[in-house]
Amino acid sequence: MTNSPILNVEDIHVIYDKVILGARGVSLVVPEGGIVALLGANGTGKTTTLKAISGLIGAERGEVVDGRIHFAGRDVLQSAPSALVEGGLVQVLEGRHCFPHLDVEENLRVGAFAHAPSRSDLQEGIERIYRYFPRLRERRRSLAGYLSGGEQQMVAIGRALIGRPRLVLLDEPSMGLAPQIVTEIFEIVRRLNREEGVSFLLAEQNAAIALRYSDHAYVMESGRVASDGPSADLAARDDIRSFYLGMNMEGRRSFREAKHYHSRRARE
Amino acid sequence: MDFFLEVLIGGLLAGVMYSMVAIGFVLIFKASGVFNFAQGSMVLFAALTFVSLLERGFAFWSAFAATLASMLVLAWAIERGVLRHLVNRPPITLFMATLGVSFIIEGLAQLLWGAQVHGLELGIKDEPLEFGGVLLSSFDLFAAGTAAALVLALSLLFSRTRIGLSLRAVADDPLAALSVGIRLQRIWGVVWAVAGFVSLVAGLLWGARLGVQFSLSLVVLKALPVLIIGGFSSIGGAIVGGLIVGASEKLAEVYVGPLIGDGLENWFPYVLALLFLLVRPAGLFGERAIERV
Ligand SMILES: Nc1ncnc2c1ncn2[C@@H]1O[C@H](COP(=O)(O)OP(=O)(O)OP(=O)(O)O)[C@@H](O)[C@H]1O
Ligand SMILES: [Mg+2]
Repeated sequence: MTNSPILNVEDIHVIYDKVILGARGVSLVVPEGGIVALLGANGTGKTTTLKAISGLIGAERGEVVDGRIHFAGRDVLQSAPSALVEGGLVQVLEGRHCFPHLDVEENLRVGAFAHAPSRSDLQEGIERIYRYFPRLRERRRSLAGYLSGGEQQMVAIGRALIGRPRLVLLDEPSMGLAPQIVTEIFEIVRRLNREEGVSFLLAEQNAAIALRYSDHAYVMESGRVASDGPSADLAARDDIRSFYLGMNMEGRRSFREAKHYHSRRARE
Repeated sequence: MDFFLEVLIGGLLAGVMYSMVAIGFVLIFKASGVFNFAQGSMVLFAALTFVSLLERGFAFWSAFAATLASMLVLAWAIERGVLRHLVNRPPITLFMATLGVSFIIEGLAQLLWGAQVHGLELGIKDEPLEFGGVLLSSFDLFAAGTAAALVLALSLLFSRTRIGLSLRAVADDPLAALSVGIRLQRIWGVVWAVAGFVSLVAGLLWGARLGVQFSLSLVVLKALPVLIIGGFSSIGGAIVGGLIVGASEKLAEVYVGPLIGDGLENWFPYVLALLFLLVRPAGLFGERAIERV
């Protein structure tokens, strides 16, 4: 997977409310057709980075004050989210954010509107999502607010995919879900990547699963990228294993950190 | 018994008029979280523009079309010129902004059309009709029918069209709507335009009932108890709230009024609204968050 990059982020700095630093000097590359992971503990700037790319940062009173973002060769730093979605870049928000009072199918339909599809294209698009997520077909008339967390994550991903994006920014798809559902969702991500060539940039605290399903990974620490490399290499590195995968390789200190990290996740 | 029915039904029909003002609020509140105090001024502006055009020799439908066009421009200007720049601000800021806007609209209306009182004749005779021994006002029946048609049209818009579905999505979760490429500003523009249309309809009916004068903008205050009772985010709630306010104020006036004095009608709805605030703060139909456990 070493094609030309579909996404190139160079040294971006993001501030919230004109003062709070959310990211300070993040650079990363997503190759066309690649799955890239963005790892890091709470508050290290993963979400900030994704929102800076998708343009949603503006809605959070945030601003990219420095750096460059190129999507499919175009400078997209000043682009509105709607323009990016039309161009094939879409974000799935952390915490799923389904439309709770719309049913499953209505959620999917709304996801397609930015592309102004014809009636038949829209119907076809919905069928395609149901093929990837058969469970959503069964729940098509249920209000999204009443679905299980896993089903909501499927709605959120399906809603983003119905417009046939080229790049999906996926923020913490594993959050609050049982391991079995997490695996199911990552399997679908892999299928979409292989069968349709969709590229993914996924932010995850669950490094174990993210490293298993990605080609390349970046590790963030306090607003910047601390290290990066092929996912298989990172998964084998002692420091990553001890800190992010919770395996005690090098003594008590990192064990404590890992334990701390885990209890923090458990509390969420 | 017939007399009771007469008072009750008369009150219900009058309540529909309150509902129509309340619906304008609900639309904007649902889609953008703005409590639009200027709704009353929009009602006044619509009625005043319409009646002034009639007096200058316009035919009914051309006056209607011209007023509608000016309402759309007005609504668009408020959204574009003021509220769009205040996105993400606290609700009290937005409220103050619409309060300011409401005075600007009234000033503008006075500047354009002067301050005198106008009579508005819609060509609907207000004569009592008898149904099985119960006397009803034909104007009230006409107003209720208009409101019903309006609500039907709105519910079709929300359930059958893409723009309506997008609107409900924005009301549910604006950030998520933005993330799938919905243009929030376009949606807000549409909502304000629809609210402008609703205030035109309300303005004509209220203007015909009370005469077109500046106190017309005070119907906004009558819509408040309706909203508190029905909930700020439900069109159904605005209807039911209007009916409750209309019926209860008439019944109170007729049956309790003689005991404690006249004018009960004017403040009774607020007592009712206060009780609702204490007992059921979200209103009858206030959208409660769906919570799974
Ligand atoms: N809307 C906001 N306003 C102000 N500060 C913010 C906002 N969103 C994030 N921040 C700050 O930016 C920094 C990075 O947060 P961000 O949400 O990007 O982290 P994250 O890596 O996604 O964390 P998590 O794993 O908990 O989701 C944090 O210090 C956070 O407090
Ligand atoms: Mg995050």
